[in-house]
Amino acid sequence: MNINLTLFAQMITFAVFVWFCMRYIWPPIIKALAERKAKIAEGLAAAERGHQERLLGEQRALELIREAKSSAAEIVGQAQKRAAEIIEEAKLDARAEGDRLLAAARAEIERETNRTREELREKVALLAIAAAEKILQKEIDLADHRALVEDFAKQL
Amino acid sequence: MAASETFSSQSYIQHHLTNLTFGWHPEHGLTLAHDQAEAAAMGFWAINLDTLFFSILLGALFLWLFKQVAERVTAGVPGGAQNFVEWVVEFVEENVRGSFSHRNPLVAPLALTIFVWILLMNAMDLIPVDLVPHLFSQLMAVLLGADPHHVYLKIVPTTDPNATFGMAIMVFLLMLYYSLKMKGVGGFIVELTLQPFGKWGLPANLILEGISLLSKPVSLALRLFGNMYAGEMIFILIALLYGGGLLLAGTAGLLQFVWAVFHILIVILQAFIFMVLTVVYLDMAHQEHH
Repeated sequence: MNINLTLFAQMITFAVFVWFCMRYIWPPIIKALAERKAKIAEGLAAAERGHQERLLGEQRALELIREAKSSAAEIVGQAQKRAAEIIEEAKLDARAEGDRLLAAARAEIERETNRTREELREKVALLAIAAAEKILQKEIDLADHRALVEDFAKQL
Repeated sequence: MAASETFSSQSYIQHHLTNLTFGWHPEHGLTLAHDQAEAAAMGFWAINLDTLFFSILLGALFLWLFKQVAERVTAGVPGGAQNFVEWVVEFVEENVRGSFSHRNPLVAPLALTIFVWILLMNAMDLIPVDLVPHLFSQLMAVLLGADPHHVYLKIVPTTDPNATFGMAIMVFLLMLYYSLKMKGVGGFIVELTLQPFGKWGLPANLILEGISLLSKPVSLALRLFGNMYAGEMIFILIALLYGGGLLLAGTAGLLQFVWAVFHILIVILQAFIFMVLTVVYLDMAHQEHH
């Protein structure tokens, strides 16, 4: 329990230990701790950034979907409108075509009627002449009365 | 080695409180002291081999362990040893940052060294008091033919005031150095002489400040020494009970366990106090008064 030379030996020992610790032990460990801290902070920041980016992406996707929906609706509307137009046009065309066909048929009928009537007239005239011939054979000479008969046939 | 007829309680205690001292004896020359009287006769020019050996052994153990980790330290996922070392380093750094408000690359490593070294030296107290000294004295008896009753060994360096004062004096020198460096000679003298009572109370100031300055290393050293010495003494007294029959031995076993558990607290606490006070004292040395 005496204070003796050990005191100085202990002081020197202590100084050497502290120097060694300060030179070789403390700096690398503290450096590693600081590096890890920076790494973790970086990782957290990156995670936060990723989160933000995901939110932005989600928003963007929603916007795109909305846009696509509205443009699809627009396209469908346009198509429906166009279809209605086409139907309308077709109806008009069909009606016009019908009218044309009808008119043509009517004209044909008219022509046919006229032709038939002409034929009929001629045949009636011939029949009348033949009948008149038979009647007149007894009374008049065909030659004498020919002009009269033809005139009559024209009047039919 | 309990109290026996040939080995009384008093000599048992004495035996445990004597260092293995090597030095120059006025009559016997350069030799190991065979008892306390011889050690005292050697005066200042003697060395406590046990204190020196165990303190250097433990300090080297601490530095070796931490150096191992420092060499392969990684900022990635730490292994077991690195985890432990980082935990200690962070604990010390946190304390230094809490009480030391200046920039000085010395203070944190100093605090770490103080904390771990003292902790290890204190922890030697938890080894049963007789184990190492007994083995050592038997070994010496066999090897050198020494009388085992006169082979001394104290394995707890912090129960030797040389060790605690050695550290406290180094801390004190650092305090003086940084006081002079940061405040200048004039500033330091002003701090010692012109407060707290102003210039008319100069002698009183000098006495007060001088005592408060000197009391720092003294209290630092004596607190640690006193606590560890007292703890060691209790262990020795408990060990004495082992020789007193079955009942006393059983009681002693229980007491020893309880005291050891309590002593773990003291071991850590004293190391922590020494570290924190060192940091605080150095912080005060750095502070400039205006």
